[in-house]
Amino acid sequence: MRTAHTFKSAFKSLRANKTRSALTILGIVIGITAIIIVVSVSEGAKGLILSQIKGLGANIIFIEPGREPEGPSDFTQILSDSLKDRELKALNKRNIPDLKDLAPAVMVPAILSRGGETKNTNVLGTSPLYAEMLSIFPEQGVFLSDDDVLSGSNSVVIGYNVKEELFGPSDALGENIKIKNKNFRVIGVFPKKGQVAFFDVDNVAIIPYTTALNYISGSRHYNLIMAEISTDEAVPRAAKDIEITLRNLHSITDPEKDDFHITTQEDIVDRVGTITGVLQTLLGSVAAISLIVGGIGIMNIMLVSVTERTREIGLRKALGARPADILYQFLLEAVMLTIIGGVIGIILGALFSFTVSIVLSKTLNLDWSFVFSTKAAALGIAVSGGIGLIFGIFPARRASKKSPIEALRYE
Amino acid sequence: MPPLIETRNICKEYRDGQTVTPVLDNISLQIRKGEFVAIMGPSGSGKSTLLHILGFLDAYSSGDYLFEGKETSSYTEEESAKVRNRKIGFVFQAFNLLARASVLDNVKLPLLYSEIDEKEWDERARKSLESVGLSHRINHEPNELSGGEKQRAAIARALVANPEVIFADEPTGNLDSKSGQMVMETLEQVHQKEGRTIILITHETETAEHAERIINIRDGKIEKDEKIATRRLAKTFIK
Ligand SMILES: Nc1ncnc2c1ncn2[C@@H]1O[C@H](COP(=O)(O)OP(=O)(O)O)[C@@H](O)[C@H]1O
Ligand SMILES: [Mg+2]
Repeated sequence: MRTAHTFKSAFKSLRANKTRSALTILGIVIGITAIIIVVSVSEGAKGLILSQIKGLGANIIFIEPGREPEGPSDFTQILSDSLKDRELKALNKRNIPDLKDLAPAVMVPAILSRGGETKNTNVLGTSPLYAEMLSIFPEQGVFLSDDDVLSGSNSVVIGYNVKEELFGPSDALGENIKIKNKNFRVIGVFPKKGQVAFFDVDNVAIIPYTTALNYISGSRHYNLIMAEISTDEAVPRAAKDIEITLRNLHSITDPEKDDFHITTQEDIVDRVGTITGVLQTLLGSVAAISLIVGGIGIMNIMLVSVTERTREIGLRKALGARPADILYQFLLEAVMLTIIGGVIGIILGALFSFTVSIVLSKTLNLDWSFVFSTKAAALGIAVSGGIGLIFGIFPARRASKKSPIEALRYE
Repeated sequence: MPPLIETRNICKEYRDGQTVTPVLDNISLQIRKGEFVAIMGPSGSGKSTLLHILGFLDAYSSGDYLFEGKETSSYTEEESAKVRNRKIGFVFQAFNLLARASVLDNVKLPLLYSEIDEKEWDERARKSLESVGLSHRINHEPNELSGGEKQRAAIARALVANPEVIFADEPTGNLDSKSGQMVMETLEQVHQKEGRTIILITHETETAEHAERIINIRDGKIEKDEKIATRRLAKTFIK
């Protein structure tokens, strides 16, 4: 049978039962939407992670207080004070032969002010190494020096938004700002950077960690110690050494009772993989279930259609249609139906993913970009078409086996 | 030349468990190319069953059926479909037009399953509709036509693939007498002008008398098979 005509008649019969066709493909629509979301959210997350750790060398190890947080609401890390000067001193080249350098960090929320302008933000106390590790450098002025750390100077390097809010268009370099009512001199201003390694560079004020511990924090512990390792290959070994050193220092024998945790870049990638993996399994099962349910719906509706159209089938056979022609016609209808569902699913999935990307990048200031994946779209079309084939074959076979005289018996 | 259609002792019975219902009993007949034959008999006598067998739509229980001199018992479903498509045109009591397709598309339907070049479909369908006087209705849908027009569209469909024989099963059964006359006139024209073989089934003597020969069937047996002395022609009837 000629394809163009078969398409036309398949389309007509689907259109004749618009509501029924629409309801039938709902399952397919949901399934394909889920597939598209899975693919594009996973890709978006992957892109985000890669962009976040891009500037970060693979030879950096993060040491944080408290055990590894088990979820977003797990505060043990924030509340723990296990990393202090003693730990910083113990993390030396004798204990960790592959260690190159250390950068401790103290993060304190504080009010910044200049004249009448104030800004509520995070003050980060750290060392010169920090800028190198994250590859962030001031656009104007300089970053902190070793002298600043040693002397506990009142120097501050500010992010783009901090500068804009406190100074507006006027020059900030060399000017004073107040942090917790203490005067600091601006020695550097960062360019607009957004997030780097999940750290909001635009809204930060960076001061020497010695100053932060003495005047701002009010306590003597660090929120983070970054360790630079001599080579990427040495990272696992160094991580082990750090673990042993800190356990010895804290007399910990049971690793379950660790009061610190170590994260390497590999760990971050793994963790993200786990999260997207969970998402994929979740939405993947939604997709699978909807597609199966949708497929059964298609089969059901096609069986009804075959029964309703007994006369048409018989007529076509009387006019010379072979069983294969009838099979082809009904199979094409089923596949057209599911592919229409697939196309709608692709559009909905893309719209949803696009909205998510807008919301995430606008509200969380995340570098989450929406990419319309042609691969995902092709997958959606292939899967929906496949469902049509699988669930359409049984009704189509039944149609092709109908006897022509059934139609001719006039009732 | 062998007859177009020849049956030898065709029997047909329906079996339902133990009960056997005989429907056709030793039907032997010959129909030559170009003949206009009416098969007549009361309702339930087996006329439609015979037509379905002759039209390759139904199987028979025993006997031989030769079409164009060839034994047909070994035909596969595909071969039967091919014969139906190329050699046979059907006209049914209930018209059996596709509701959502235009008259033109309905008439083209047999061509979909033929080997005729798609470029020729339109012209063939139009010519066919012209020959039954429906040129002005080609873009209408069947439900916009009168009963007589529907049946003439069905005749156009039966003719479109240029078949050897037209099988018409009670073609006027659903029509008022005037429309019925129009349809009979159309069939007569198809027979006279184009010399096509027509096998007409009816239970009305008046309708049967349009043919050249009447085969009477009763209880699945041929009761009488004779040429008609005085043919009734639709045109004279209308006047
Ligand atoms: N599928 C069937 N099963 C049993 N009997 C049938 C079946 N189809 C037709 N018949 C019987 O065969 C006989 C002939 O039917 P049919 O050929 O339609 O008669 P006609 O067309 O002359 O009215 C009828 O008695 C009918 O009941
Ligand atoms: Mg009948």
